[in-house]
Amino acid sequence: MAEVSEIDVGTDVVAASGDAPPASFVVELTEFSGPLDLLLSLIREEQVDIYDIPIARVAEQFLARIRTLQLNEAADYLEMAARLLRIKAQMLLPRAEGDEAWDDPRAELVRRLLEYQQMREVVDVLERAGEDRRSRFARAWLPQAPAPPESPLALSLGELLAAVDRILRVAKDPAIHDVVPRSLDVPGAITVIRALLSLRAHARWTDLIEPGAEPWQVLSTLLGLLEMAKLGECRVLQPTPFANVEITRDAASEAA
Amino acid sequence: MTPLAKLLEAALFASARPIPAEELLALDPDASKAGLAAALDELREHYDVDGHGVELLEIGGGWQILTRAEYTEAIERAQLATRPQRLSAAALETLALIAYRQPIGRAEIEEIRGVSVGSVLKSLHERGLIDVIGRGEGLGRPLLYGTTPIFLEYFALRHLDELPRSDELAVALRAEPRTL
Repeated sequence: MAEVSEIDVGTDVVAASGDAPPASFVVELTEFSGPLDLLLSLIREEQVDIYDIPIARVAEQFLARIRTLQLNEAADYLEMAARLLRIKAQMLLPRAEGDEAWDDPRAELVRRLLEYQQMREVVDVLERAGEDRRSRFARAWLPQAPAPPESPLALSLGELLAAVDRILRVAKDPAIHDVVPRSLDVPGAITVIRALLSLRAHARWTDLIEPGAEPWQVLSTLLGLLEMAKLGECRVLQPTPFANVEITRDAASEAA
Repeated sequence: MTPLAKLLEAALFASARPIPAEELLALDPDASKAGLAAALDELREHYDVDGHGVELLEIGGGWQILTRAEYTEAIERAQLATRPQRLSAAALETLALIAYRQPIGRAEIEEIRGVSVGSVLKSLHERGLIDVIGRGEGLGRPLLYGTTPIFLEYFALRHLDELPRSDELAVALRAEPRTL
């Protein structure tokens, strides 16, 4: 469907680069940028006076030219065709001899054609100017000026240390903490839980934690309990939220 | 070359866009307007008389160093740079109307061109060639369009005044057009 895609050229901003020879009538029509363009070219071909257009002939040729157009593209052309036929009809109406007040029904069309032609002259000027600019390269053709790159930081280790020294001197008696890592004792907790479960089949969370236990002891016990549940040595159940956790020795591990 | 001319050359070389005269003037606090004009003349002559591959041009409200047209083909063949795309007839017609009658609304453009221009306006706007510069008084307060500095750059124009005045065009309009 190469012909259909050619039709769209009129609405594209960028001109089709390949100047393929017109293979069919449809392709030829896309050379016109609108109904006024087509009309002007017909008038030029017929070499008739723009102020005295033979409407009947031009309208007929106009219709013949647009017959092969795709419908949605042709809407603008069809509107012009209707306009031409209306003018043609108005021209056929009889008018009184020596009627001074007769308005030429073509006047509005002529005004539009002249206006359009003037615009085409400007297009020629712009086209030449654009070609001229296109034939020169700048250092880079950029649509937008990019923000200038940030300059690299100039910093030395000496400056950094001097800054630390200044801050330490300003801050009086800086409290410097030594953070000692205290590792959890999960295997130890597991040993305690196993010992308890070997004595009793059921136990509660509160049985495992002594009052006033350190956070690391609570965490170790919790992780040990979860590890044992994962291995299947016990079952852990909490009947309701925030209730005491009930721990049951697993029957399967007992059998094993 | 004078020191100012050399400074201008360096600045123009560093910039990918045309530099307006005021910005060039700011390069040297001691430079006067007349001194700047003389230095730009000197630089242009330096390129023109001594025979260089580049030239100094005033476009888009600023100054820019551009390659000479005779080397374009060789540069493009070597794929060192690509030329900007040519605009279609529909885009050029729309641009011509906007350039001459700005601020102008879509309805007026469509009236003169005899076709709908919605997609063309959108593409021209995306390319930065036109911009919305106001709203009309009529029904629905339609958007009014005008050209941008990029438009001048694209067509290597110094100002909009460089376009021929409408009374200089071969076809004179009977209806009084609103020109610049």
